[in-house]
Amino acid sequence: MNALRRHRKLQAIWASDPGWKGWTSSVNHSDLGRMFLFTAFFFFLVGGVLAMLIRAQLATPDSAFVDAGAFAQFFTMHGTIMMFLFAIPAFEGLAIYLLPKMLGTRDLAFPRLTAYGYWCYAFGGALLLVAMLFGIAPNGGWFMYPPLTGPLYSPGINTDVWLIGITFVEISAICAAVEFTVSILKYRAPGMSLDKMPIFAWYALVTSLMILTGFPPLILGSVLLEVERAFGLPFFQADLGGDSLLWQHLFWLFGHPEVYIIFLPAAGVISTVIPVMARTTLLGYGWIVASIMALAFLSFGLWVHHMFTTGIPLMGLAFFSAASTLVAVPTGVQIFAWIGTMWKGRPELHMPMLHILGFFVTFVIGGLTGVMVAVVPFDWQAHDTAFITAHLHYVLFGGFVFPMLAGIYYWLPLVSGRKRLFRLGELAFALIFLGFHSTFLAMHWVGLLGQRRRIETYDAESGWGTINFISSVSSFVMAIGLALVLVDIIIHAFVAERSRRNPWQAGTLEWAGMSPPASYNFASLPEVSDRTPLYETPDLANRLAMGDGYLGAPKAARRETLMVDAASGRPEALVIYPGNTRLPILMAAMTGGFFLSILLKLFWLTPLALAGVAALALVWVWQLGARADQGLQEAGRGAPLPLASEGDRSPGWWGSIFLLVANATFFGSLLFGYAFLWTVAPGWPPAQWFVPSWAELGLGTGAALTGAIAQHLSARRNRAGAALMTALVPALLATAATVVVFGLMLFRLPPPDGHAYAATLLILGAYGLAHALLVMLMQGFLILQVRRGYTSPRRRAAFAVVALWTDYLAAITVLILLAVHLPGMIM
Amino acid sequence: MGLLIGCSGDLSVVDPAGPAARVIATLWWVMFIGAGLILALVVALVIGAFRVRRTEGDAARDEKVWIIGLGLCFSIAVLTALLAYGLVAGERLMPRVAADVVRVQAEARQWAWRFSYDDRPGYITENLLHIPAGRPIDVAITSRDVVHSFWVPRLAGKLDAIPGHVNVLRIEADAPGTYRGLTAEYNGEGYRRHVFSVKAHDPAGWAAFVAEGTP
Repeated sequence: MNALRRHRKLQAIWASDPGWKGWTSSVNHSDLGRMFLFTAFFFFLVGGVLAMLIRAQLATPDSAFVDAGAFAQFFTMHGTIMMFLFAIPAFEGLAIYLLPKMLGTRDLAFPRLTAYGYWCYAFGGALLLVAMLFGIAPNGGWFMYPPLTGPLYSPGINTDVWLIGITFVEISAICAAVEFTVSILKYRAPGMSLDKMPIFAWYALVTSLMILTGFPPLILGSVLLEVERAFGLPFFQADLGGDSLLWQHLFWLFGHPEVYIIFLPAAGVISTVIPVMARTTLLGYGWIVASIMALAFLSFGLWVHHMFTTGIPLMGLAFFSAASTLVAVPTGVQIFAWIGTMWKGRPELHMPMLHILGFFVTFVIGGLTGVMVAVVPFDWQAHDTAFITAHLHYVLFGGFVFPMLAGIYYWLPLVSGRKRLFRLGELAFALIFLGFHSTFLAMHWVGLLGQRRRIETYDAESGWGTINFISSVSSFVMAIGLALVLVDIIIHAFVAERSRRNPWQAGTLEWAGMSPPASYNFASLPEVSDRTPLYETPDLANRLAMGDGYLGAPKAARRETLMVDAASGRPEALVIYPGNTRLPILMAAMTGGFFLSILLKLFWLTPLALAGVAALALVWVWQLGARADQGLQEAGRGAPLPLASEGDRSPGWWGSIFLLVANATFFGSLLFGYAFLWTVAPGWPPAQWFVPSWAELGLGTGAALTGAIAQHLSARRNRAGAALMTALVPALLATAATVVVFGLMLFRLPPPDGHAYAATLLILGAYGLAHALLVMLMQGFLILQVRRGYTSPRRRAAFAVVALWTDYLAAITVLILLAVHLPGMIM
Repeated sequence: MGLLIGCSGDLSVVDPAGPAARVIATLWWVMFIGAGLILALVVALVIGAFRVRRTEGDAARDEKVWIIGLGLCFSIAVLTALLAYGLVAGERLMPRVAADVVRVQAEARQWAWRFSYDDRPGYITENLLHIPAGRPIDVAITSRDVVHSFWVPRLAGKLDAIPGHVNVLRIEADAPGTYRGLTAEYNGEGYRRHVFSVKAHDPAGWAAFVAEGTP
């Protein structure tokens, strides 16, 4: 088979449906990566317009351009859009697009999940936009502090739009994070051991793990606040045993890691681009990997530095101040490693490099002011002033936008297969750089002069007029620069001439395919023995196209790739991907129905939407089943491999592991909230305790443990080829008993709108009940699969997945029952 | 001199009028100069990368210089020094026990402040806080509705007013006069106009203020 025939054959298997209808059924990572990036930059534009409205309002004193109410919607939506609808999705889009190409594989681990994540993002973002057009956008500031955002002081729908829209969008972040983690660990080119991964993959891996552990606290906070608003459960009301500080802890427990979740991928771009621009290799690869991990670890220990003014005791302040300054060390290591890389090589001033220089100046200033506000006494002055606004823009624009612009100019030839025509980018860079620094340097100054953030105007006597005017004019210069980048890219996409492959002469695998990339990425998968395979084997691209690697012989209608050992990169199994489908968009629409039913208080619709989601999920999993063993498969280069679905560690198992990591963080945050309210909130102890029951405690614990044991037994019996129903049915019945125990508990609660104690128990019980029902659904599904002949001693992947969830249910059941029954027994 | 003029203003953090604000203003100037030097170093190093042309160096030596030397040792040294300075400065701002401390209460609500005085029980002022100049004041801050923050930029840093909690802030004014105060946590549409004044009396004026409340 020659290269062209192989290309045609693979194209027939992998291509998305033609035309715009193809967008709704595509599960291809290149398509979805582009859709993510396109949508994210659309929101960047919207957020930018809001920023210009804000600066227009503040340009002159006593401005009457907009009133305080509209202004509150502007600054809330500006922050919300830039954080949740631009920065995180732009990272997701970039990583979705690049990771499989860099890792030398054909797609991400869960193609349909990629699509589902995209549609959740698109629909959730649209919800926020529509709200803004109707003038009912969120208006409590992007960190939404209650009680201001509680039912008493914000009775309108605005806050609900934020809580529900953002939670909807966060589904896509969690999906992407699970997907990246599994893809990076298990879906790489053969031979690519962890230490040979492109550095960007390390950044994406750590970022993904941070999303899995950083987002759940905010999701929990949003759930609690929405439940307080919709049903009057007083989590944040001091007079009913709640505490508004709980929100601040949950929010910043998310919010500070969030800053690094935004910065790390951008740093990954810099670590990728600098060595190529300097014609050398990255200095201190191992040091950088270690510093990324240190950064991730430390970033979870400094959320309180957003709360230095809330009256935290001095010892606490000292600890968090130390952690906040310490986090600058791994950042410093990376900065100096990058500069060292430039000294090691011969840097060339191409377009991406300009934005990297912009990054250096901007981010270093942002980091230095960051260290300043980590020093507690200074923060007491700077907090909530324009100084902080300026600082965070230096960090985010310096640490994200400049690197992203560098990345865009770096990878544009890969995406389009063209080279730049005009020198518009250089002018755009100059305008952006000058405009940005004049805007925000001025803002530091006016902050020190006492201008608070979020005021809609100021008096002429304040003396801030000139500084604000400079700031506003400069912000428009910056906006023109950003608009020129857009024009540059549009010209590039439509007019520019064809470029040769790998114009920067980079060494990583994304340049070893076609430009623009083919739907299947690589005609055959490379065997990798180096961090820069293209330097070692300059004609790698041709050899892959000729089928020299793995999986070079496409089989009819099967989208194939390899799963490898996480550490060594040794090929382990053959994966068959699902093809184009509209299931993800349908599922996202149904999920949207669930969120809308709560937003619009159409509670009769909620169970219907949930049932719809469950039904679609069952179809989703059912489609992966096979009714006959396939046995070992030919993967090229000798070694035959088993199918990934014919083993214990299927993609679904890996995905479940990391989804459960996020889930456990959510549960852990809930227990933290319970303990926090108990120890810190005024208004405790509650007037009425839950009446404990040894019988319920014993029955629930026994049932949960029995369910887990029976489930494991079923897996063992399946491997042995023994009868299964004797284990599967008891497992299902045991889970049903846990459902009953949680039901009883919820029924016997003290009134949950009377005190935060009972309200917290309600959430704990509902969490347990939901998981018990979910596990029952899984067990019932497994029984159905067994009866229809979808399992065999070889086809056993589903057993391991269900066992994982049953184990999780057992663990949370025991913890919840103890947390609920013990206090009543002791008190 | 031009710089100093650019710093003045009745809400300016860098125009302190009390010991706490002065400690913080000094801290700011030290950090500002330090940050300027570090920025200059980094920019010089980045520019240097484009000028210097060397033959391929030794990787182990490069790691020692850039990563261990600059990345680890330099960062840790600077940060440790700053952290220690910050902690000492912070310690000085804490409300410590002293004989002449005056206690007042500040209660925030949308969009007003209500002040009461231990030295003059039962007396309440709205949006105007009376204090004696030259004596330490402990302000016990709380809120009746949403989160607010008590801030008199020329006297001290800010501290939040949180429903259900009482936070104590130590402030002090060097000299008699009127100082402007702000709420510094977004609290709804009236946020901008949610301001107050602090009137610092000389000893005679304070004695008179207290005496008016004595029956």
